[in-house]
Amino acid sequence: MAMTEQEILAGIGKIINEITGIPAAEVTPEKSFVDDLDIDSLSMVEIAVAAQDEFGVEIPDDQLKHLKTVKDVIGYIQG
Amino acid sequence: MSTDRVRVVVTGFGATTPLGGDAASTWSALLAGQSGVRTLTEDWIDSVPVKFAAVAAVDPTEVLPRPEARRLDRAEQLALVAAREAWAHAGIEKVDPERLGVVVGSGIGGITTILSAYDTFKEKGWQRLSPFTVPMLMPNGPAGWIGIEVGARAGVHATVSACATGAESIGYAIEMIRSGRADVIVAGGTEAAIHPLNIGSFAAMRAMSTRNDDPQGASRPWDRARDGFVLGEGAGILVLESEEHARARGATIYAVAAGVGYSADAHHIAQPEPTGAGVMLAMRRALENSGLTGQDVKHVNAHATSTPAGDVVETIAIKEVIGGHPLVTGTKSMTGHLLGGAGGIESVFTVLALHERVAPGTINVDDLDDGIEVDLVLGGPRTLPGGQIAAINNSFGFGGHDVAVAFTSV
Repeated sequence: MAMTEQEILAGIGKIINEITGIPAAEVTPEKSFVDDLDIDSLSMVEIAVAAQDEFGVEIPDDQLKHLKTVKDVIGYIQG
Repeated sequence: MSTDRVRVVVTGFGATTPLGGDAASTWSALLAGQSGVRTLTEDWIDSVPVKFAAVAAVDPTEVLPRPEARRLDRAEQLALVAAREAWAHAGIEKVDPERLGVVVGSGIGGITTILSAYDTFKEKGWQRLSPFTVPMLMPNGPAGWIGIEVGARAGVHATVSACATGAESIGYAIEMIRSGRADVIVAGGTEAAIHPLNIGSFAAMRAMSTRNDDPQGASRPWDRARDGFVLGEGAGILVLESEEHARARGATIYAVAAGVGYSADAHHIAQPEPTGAGVMLAMRRALENSGLTGQDVKHVNAHATSTPAGDVVETIAIKEVIGGHPLVTGTKSMTGHLLGGAGGIESVFTVLALHERVAPGTINVDDLDDGIEVDLVLGGPRTLPGGQIAAINNSFGFGGHDVAVAFTSV
């Protein structure tokens, strides 16, 4: 069964908290990784690899650069 | 003493060592004659002939936030902990970033990162390597992170000279301030190399003590039964400042970083030169560079690693250059040998010795070796005289590096 948007958001929040220390509650769909969450490109690579483990969806580098917000990542994972 | 140039003073220090998680706890354990060495229980221990080490008393991952710790090599973690303590201790509220620098090195760099990353690479492929692998393994990583932390733009440098690294860094920092490149420098050394490959490799050189039945007695500089050094980890950092800058902000000055002497043995890649010529040259140059005479020097924190070859010849060199009068201490008997971190913590100890007028002791010397004609501090600490006095921290490293840093009382 496909994960709901809420489940994916919770999973992403957990990953971002683990990697950056940002509280999971601050990771909301409209947030931009760079502008709002201050996440650098190296940390985005870590997040993408962790997301692959968590959701079983690979995010290639050429796709990753287009994922600007949390919502973009949720959309990509949902397919 | 010369007065025609910039004087450099010590206005802060920090340390995280096998004896304590900060400079104060390390220093009190040192004065109490405690050993920071313990038996190792890691699952790899049966693969190496040495079963003990001087592990950092406070694990840096317990002090640092987890997101920060996971992108730092352990040597970087230890350096950052010590640098934060030193920086807070110095209490510098405002400094021109272009006049602030960092000189912090390590002997080996991010060796545990290299080895674990290679395991990840072989088992899971390159995609699973942390994107922080390179900044974790590079030997200038600790200096870089500290530079970002304090906002240093005058220059961030990492000297590498094996076990002389920490002292060389402090010497380089003194010269940076004197030459006008900076007003404030965060300087010292760090190391985190307790790993079976390193233990195996040092054991292959027959450089380490194998006193497995008595780990706390294994580091015994100058004792006839010494059989090698004890591997330790940690970091020691000083904040050095031009006297003018320190006075202008009303800083507490703990000591004067009076000068440094460098030389090289040009003899053997790992064995000390047997006459002590290189060590003597470094100490002579430290005196000249500081405008001191041997009579001014009342205390020497010796390199004294507890290896059979080096300990006695260092005392011969001290007697020749400085005299038989200074109180000579081997603090590695308690801390183990922090390699690139050694010169850092031992400079902190030398500064504290001058500030508190006390020379720490040397433990485990039960049967003094022959040929030692200097005044070793054995057993408990001894009081240093009042008035204007100087002290020297010696550090030597594989590669034939000899460094002597001179400090004077305020």
